[in-house]
Formats: sequence, C-alpha cells, structure tokens
Amino acid sequence: MRTLNKTVLYGLYLDEEILLDAVREIREEGNEIWDVFTPFPVHGLDPVLGLKESRLHIAGFVYGLFGTCTAFGFMTWVFTRDWPIIFGGKPYFSAPSFVPITFEFTVLMAAVGMVITFYLVCGLGPGITNPYLDPRITDDRFCIAFDVTGKSKDEVEALRALLNKTSADETNIKDI
Amino acid sequence: MSAVVSDIRPALIEGNKTYHQITEDICSPTEQLPDKNWFILILFTLGLFGFGAVSMFVTVYWGIGSWYLNKTVGWGWDITNFVWWVGIGHAGTLISAILLLFRQKWRTGVNRAAEAMTIFAVICAGIFPIIHMGRVWMAFFIFPYPNTRGPLWVNFNSPLLWDVFAISTYFTVSLLFWYTGLVPDFATIRDRATGFRKKIYNFLSFGWTGSAKHWQRWEAMALVLAGLSTPLVLSVHTIVSFDFATSVIPGWHTTIFPPYFVAGAIFSGFAMVQTLMILTSIAIPQLKNYITLQHIESMNKVIVLTGSIVGVAYLTELFIAWYSGYIYEQFAFYNRALGPYWWAYFAMMTCNVVSPQFFWVKSLRRNVLVTFILSIVVNIGMWFERFVIIVTSLHRDFLPSSWAYYSPSWVEVGDYIFTFGLFGTLYLIFMRVAPVVAIAEVKSILKTSGNQYVNANKEHAKTHQEEAAH
Repeated sequence: MRTLNKTVLYGLYLDEEILLDAVREIREEGNEIWDVFTPFPVHGLDPVLGLKESRLHIAGFVYGLFGTCTAFGFMTWVFTRDWPIIFGGKPYFSAPSFVPITFEFTVLMAAVGMVITFYLVCGLGPGITNPYLDPRITDDRFCIAFDVTGKSKDEVEALRALLNKTSADETNIKDI
Repeated sequence: MSAVVSDIRPALIEGNKTYHQITEDICSPTEQLPDKNWFILILFTLGLFGFGAVSMFVTVYWGIGSWYLNKTVGWGWDITNFVWWVGIGHAGTLISAILLLFRQKWRTGVNRAAEAMTIFAVICAGIFPIIHMGRVWMAFFIFPYPNTRGPLWVNFNSPLLWDVFAISTYFTVSLLFWYTGLVPDFATIRDRATGFRKKIYNFLSFGWTGSAKHWQRWEAMALVLAGLSTPLVLSVHTIVSFDFATSVIPGWHTTIFPPYFVAGAIFSGFAMVQTLMILTSIAIPQLKNYITLQHIESMNKVIVLTGSIVGVAYLTELFIAWYSGYIYEQFAFYNRALGPYWWAYFAMMTCNVVSPQFFWVKSLRRNVLVTFILSIVVNIGMWFERFVIIVTSLHRDFLPSSWAYYSPSWVEVGDYIFTFGLFGTLYLIFMRVAPVVAIAEVKSILKTSGNQYVNANKEHAKTHQEEAAH
C-alpha cells in the first residue's frame, strides 16, 4: 500500500447535482479542494473544479506519428535497401501496398502508448494499491476531500462546517 | 434536477434503480457461487473443448492432410471459420467505439459483454490461420523479426501479412479498450469484497480511486481509443476481404468485397450479441433492467440494415458477373448458385437475406424469442456465406480435369467445435468474475435514461403542453 502522508478531511454527498453545487460554493469561498472522488465520470465537474483539459490525446497523436514513420520507413528500407525483391513486377518502392500495415501500426502505437501513459500519469497499474478514503465512493457516494495536514483545529472545523453547509451526508478525517 | 432528459427517448434502465441498486445488481453474480445450470453449461463447453482438443492434436500431429482438403480446394472449413469468427468479433468494437462517437446511450447496457465476446471471438479466429500453417511451431515466422536467414524479411506486399498486422492490432486495441473500461468496475467489486477475493480484485483494479482527474483522463482516452478503433474495425474486415479480393480467382477478385465483408461482419456480430445477451439475461434475471427490449430493438435495426446491405451485395455480384462479359466470372457465379454446392448458396440466401427482413415489423423486432431464433439463423447464414465464397470459387477451377468436391473430415469439424468450446468456456467464466454490464457507464446515464426520470419528464411535458393549450 502506498502512503501519501496526508491528513484528509472529506465529506460524502449523496448525489452528483449536490456535489456540483457544493464544489462550486466551496471554491467560490476561496478554499482549495485536494481532490474529488466519484463513482462515475460526472459531467460538468472539470470546469467547476478548475481542472485543465487532459493532454493525453496529444501524447496519443505523437505515438501514432511515431508508428506511421516507423512502419513506413521500415518497409521502405527493407524493400529498397536491405533486401529488394520484385513482387509481381511492381517497383521496389510500392507505396500503396505499404498503406495497410502503416495504418495498423499507427493505431497500435497510438493505442498502446496512450494506455501506458494513462496508467503511468495516474499512478495506476497491476499490483498497485492506492490509499482510498471510503469504500462507498466506488458505489454511490460522491466525495470532496481537503488536505488538512498540519492545519489547526479551527481551520479543520471551519472546513467541516463548510462541508456540512453544502449538504454533505457525513464528514470524516483520515490519515492516508 | 438539471440533467437534460429527452421526452421522446424511451427509458434504457428499468425498475426505478438507484446508484446503489445498480452496483448490487451487477456485482452480485460475481459474489455468489454459480448455480447448477452454470456448472452443467461449463461442463458441456469443456466437453466440446476436450473433443476439439483431440482433433487439434490430430491436426498438428498428422498435418492438415487429415482435413480432406485437396489440390483444388486448398481452403475449406478452416478459413471459413476464421472469417466467421473475425466477423463476429466486429460487433463489440462497433458498439463500444462507433456508438460512443455517435453518443448512443444504449451502448452502455451491452458494450461490456459485446467487447468480451469480441476478444474471445478474435482468439478463436486467430487459431485457424495458425493451424492452417501446418507446422504451428513455426508460426512466429510471420513476424518481421531480425533473423539469421539474411535477415530475410516477410513480404509486406502480401494481404496475408496485412492480416497478421490487422488481427493482432485489433486484438490488442480491443483488449486495452475493454480492460480500461473494466478497471473502475473491478474497483467497485474490490470495495465490496473481503479476504482473498479482495486481494484478487485489488490486483485487477490497478489501484483505482475514482479521482476526478483520473476520470477526466479516462474519458479523454476512451474517446481517442474510440476514434482509433472506428477506422480500425472497418480496416480489419477490409483486410480480411483483401485475402480474397487481391487474388485472381473468379468469384474472389471483386472490388465490392471490403464494404460487403464489413457489413456482413457487423450483421453476424450483432446477431451473436443478441444470442449471448438473451442467454445472459436468462441466467442473470436482474440484467433485464439494463438490457431492455429497447436495446434488443436497436440491435435488430442494425441487423436488418446490414442484412439488407449484404443482400444487395449478393445481387450486385450476380449482376456484375453477367455484365462483365467475362465467361470465367459468369461460370463462377452460375456454378455457385446452381452447381454442386447449390444447397450452401440456398442456405446463405435464405438465412442472410430473407430472414432478417422479419425485423421490419416492430412487434417482431421487440419479440425476444423471435430475436433469439433469428440471431442464430443469421449466424448459420453468415457461416454459409464464407463457405460459399471460399469453396464454390475454388472447387471448379480453370482446368476441368482438376475439378473436385470437398467435404470436411471429422478432424476439421472437430477443430471448429474446439473454438465453440473455447468461446463458451471463456464467456461463462467472464460472466461470473467480471461485471457483465459497465457499472460506471450505466450509472452515468441513469439521470437521463432511467425510467423514473424519463417518465416523470414525459408527464411534466404533457402537463406543460396542456397548460399552454389553455
């Protein structure tokens, strides 16, 4: 189990609509939210939470481009430099018949590269156990969490009051 | 409630479900011991697998001469089965990728099982070209690796090699797409499990927490993977059709093959999804709330469309054969329809072109029994289509002295049965260890497609109109 050495105050909400309002209100009051956990992707949460758009698709494009160049370049090298063979009287550099493999390899590189990048940047992977706040988050609870490491009791209570004010169903403190 | 609910779209989730009930319904089959029927079924599929394993052994030990293929008919049941299984494998990606791009919400009910079916079907498909090589232990020769023979490379101009790349890419990308969708759902099971099961699901769920940033990346990736898989799925059967279309055999050498094969693949794939989903929801009754008549009807619409496209392709082939004025092409099609294999052609035409036309009738489209029977008929027809294309085009070639008739040996039939056993066993195991419906995705459409929300909104719209009329 990984540990983050954090003390986290979190509130659990019963519905994504309540959660969205709560996140909006908490951020408007100038508080910093450590993270929000939901059982499914809640649409409209990213702008409210101030998350920047993911750049994963740019990475995907780069991997795809790598695949295109590798496949086309390799086949060209094999058939014009390394071991030229005439197939059916066609030229050594028969570009149209390189298209299918170039396409497939592009897709393969983009998909595999992107999936590996996704797991790496998210810190997920086989055998990894990340600390989690509440088992019901993957079921039907929506969670707003504050990092309260080293904060005074008053500050923590102020945040807890804020969670309760925004209709949190329950609040807890956990060391993770 | 702020979610936008359409008042003309029917509900996709029945039974006034809450988020927690969705979790319960879909996780519970993985949490209890399977019932007696499941054990009977898996014994049956393992029996098929065992019988098939014997014929696989015979195939590999004595070579493919044990199939009764001859000099004229070099491709028989094996390549027929290969194309058939690959075709079936197309529905999963079509549902999860193309319908994601088209924002079709009904996809969430069936995508998980359909993708599992895709992966298992592609595994079954891949077996046939490999055993057809004869010396299966040399199968790695198909990959372009640096070797001590020069290195002598593979022929990158050959459609058979394109196939290697297409099928292996398709398998890998489908597997990644499927598994990434499963990770959050495995986390749901993990958080309910205890003891040893918790350890297993903890491993499978990759440490998923449900963080907002992770969900954002997860959705971004799903969208790009869908965008990549869409041309990929169309390319795979296109390339499979190139195996035939780039040859010079009359009956194979036609430019209509790529679209015709892709339509046929979607046709048979959706039929297989219907067969499996109907059986799965009999085994797990609470699934009927997630795989509703609405889902079945939507898939039947795809079946009637693609079945009709296939029908048009058959007729186009006949017309073009006549119109080409090329006697060998004309003979190939005359022989296909009226030659010694007329019964296969007849079976193909009846099952693929006539039978799906019943789905123009709404009441038949929404009838589970009719759908189930026709879904099996369609897949029989699609098997015959591949058999007709392969065997009838080969058995009477340019030289009448070489003309031959081909029937399979028990070994070749056994190899087909092997894949049924494999497919059935894998699917039965999948049904008990993984969530059959995508939990997170179904939850995300509950507020827009749950029956309690849809119907409330319909009533609201009605009263609103009445007020406006007054």
